[in-house]
Amino acid sequence: MTMAPTKYLHIDRVCKSFTNGSKVTEVLSDIRLTIDKGEFVSIIGHSGCGKSTLLNLIAGLTDVTTGALKLEGREVNAPGPERAVVFQNHSLLPWLSVYDNVKLAVTKVFSSTKSRAERHDWIMQNLDLVQMTHAADKRPGEISGGMRQRVGIARALSMEPKVLLLDEPFGALDALTRAHLQDAVMDIHARLGNTMIMITHDVDEAVLLADRIVMMTNGPAATIGEVLDVAIPRPRDRIALASHPDYVRARESVLRFLYERHRFVEAAE
Amino acid sequence: MSVVALKKTAPPAKQATAEVLPLPVTARSGQWLRKSVSGFGAAVLPPLVVLFVLLAIWQIAFSGPNAGLPTPTKVWAESSELILDPFFVYGSQDIGLGWRVLTSLERVAYGFGLAAVAGVLMGALIGQSALMMRGFDPIFQVLRTVPPLAWLPISLAAFMDSRPSAIFVIFITAIWPIIINTAAGVRAIPQDYRNVAAVLRLNQIEFFWKIMVPSAAPYIFSGLRIGVGLSWLAIVAAEMLTGGVGIGFFIWDAWNSSRLTDIIVALIYIGVTGFVLDRLVGWIGSVVSRGTAT
Repeated sequence: MTMAPTKYLHIDRVCKSFTNGSKVTEVLSDIRLTIDKGEFVSIIGHSGCGKSTLLNLIAGLTDVTTGALKLEGREVNAPGPERAVVFQNHSLLPWLSVYDNVKLAVTKVFSSTKSRAERHDWIMQNLDLVQMTHAADKRPGEISGGMRQRVGIARALSMEPKVLLLDEPFGALDALTRAHLQDAVMDIHARLGNTMIMITHDVDEAVLLADRIVMMTNGPAATIGEVLDVAIPRPRDRIALASHPDYVRARESVLRFLYERHRFVEAAE
Repeated sequence: MSVVALKKTAPPAKQATAEVLPLPVTARSGQWLRKSVSGFGAAVLPPLVVLFVLLAIWQIAFSGPNAGLPTPTKVWAESSELILDPFFVYGSQDIGLGWRVLTSLERVAYGFGLAAVAGVLMGALIGQSALMMRGFDPIFQVLRTVPPLAWLPISLAAFMDSRPSAIFVIFITAIWPIIINTAAGVRAIPQDYRNVAAVLRLNQIEFFWKIMVPSAAPYIFSGLRIGVGLSWLAIVAAEMLTGGVGIGFFIWDAWNSSRLTDIIVALIYIGVTGFVLDRLVGWIGSVVSRGTAT
């Protein structure tokens, strides 16, 4: 209890099972994790291990079965803008322009606290943060996949979230675009100091971005297998890091976890 | 008609070939003109030819002395005034078919307008809940097959007045495809959009206007398009009981005074109007749901 102030986001013995008729499938079992304010946490694991389910639990899009999830001491049981999500497939509304997509979020969150002009400035400021002001009037169908993901990040940031949740946001992008966006996220994290939780299956991405890497065991009934501190000082530069001993060591231990101790067995059942 | 038009255009073409030759610019514009003319011809000529052939078959088939139906030439001879002047007014009951169509369209506008609003709202409600869908869908599937004429006695008994019952018949005929399509469109809203709405904490009304309507717009408009077609189909049934000056009642009236040629002209009016209505709703749909089509 004396540690209370540092428990910004507290995941306490959370289990999640899905019921389909009489069949109960336990997806996550006994997840315990505490995340500090301003921390960048990567969650890595093989596909199907329930890492997206864990993110949905934090977002409030799915309810926990047992256990508790608290943000600043308050229980999370519904989705809300203070836990904004950057979705895997951008989830921009195709009938709205880039500007209007961000505006939808800003109008909803700041309608009572910001004037119309302030809201406009805030939208443009967030688009500027991801370098997308030039495409403000374009529709999502008219810009590239990387740009759409940038707008998704701008929309999430514009809600001024306490925790920014990123659900494999760069999974569908090519390597070069992904590197650009990783740099953009690092830059934003450095400037705003947001608490960020990112789901990924890319070991390099996890090590490059995170303060801590949470490694998940394989499902069903997946849990946290190991947590690795990445003590590499920021700002981090991907080229200098490539041969950095700490980086190489961190990368190696994640790889060991994923491919030696918790090797992915397809069609386990 | 078409023979006359051809004769008229033939002589000037001879003059043109003599003068235009040396100028490349006019040659290009001539080419463009020829292209657009041939494009126009490709679109208009086939239906004209088919129409002409059908009219010819009709003419031959009913030329006998004991034929039950009038031939096209007889229709023209007896009812050409109805075709040539759609907007004459000789008395409160004796007006051109254009006016009658407009009167009927007003009735359809009420019935269809109500059906559109109620249908979209009902469809949204049912599409949102799997339980409601399971409960209502079989009933709708049965009711939608009831022909407009069958609703007539029921609506007369319920409203005890011809005007609201006529509008109700149009309403009840048009509403089913609107409900069913809207519900399907709402069910097809991607989970991603629902997640976005949940994170933003959009309330029901905001969700309806900002996510549901634009996302389901293509479905809604295909429902509206079928609905407007059906409501126009119901106009004859509806006006058989209202009387007055509508195009539907005109047919009923013409039948009672055995003016068969007038009925044929009225059918053409109804067909063309229905075609225009269908294209109009389709066009509005493509304009409104631009962007979501991708």
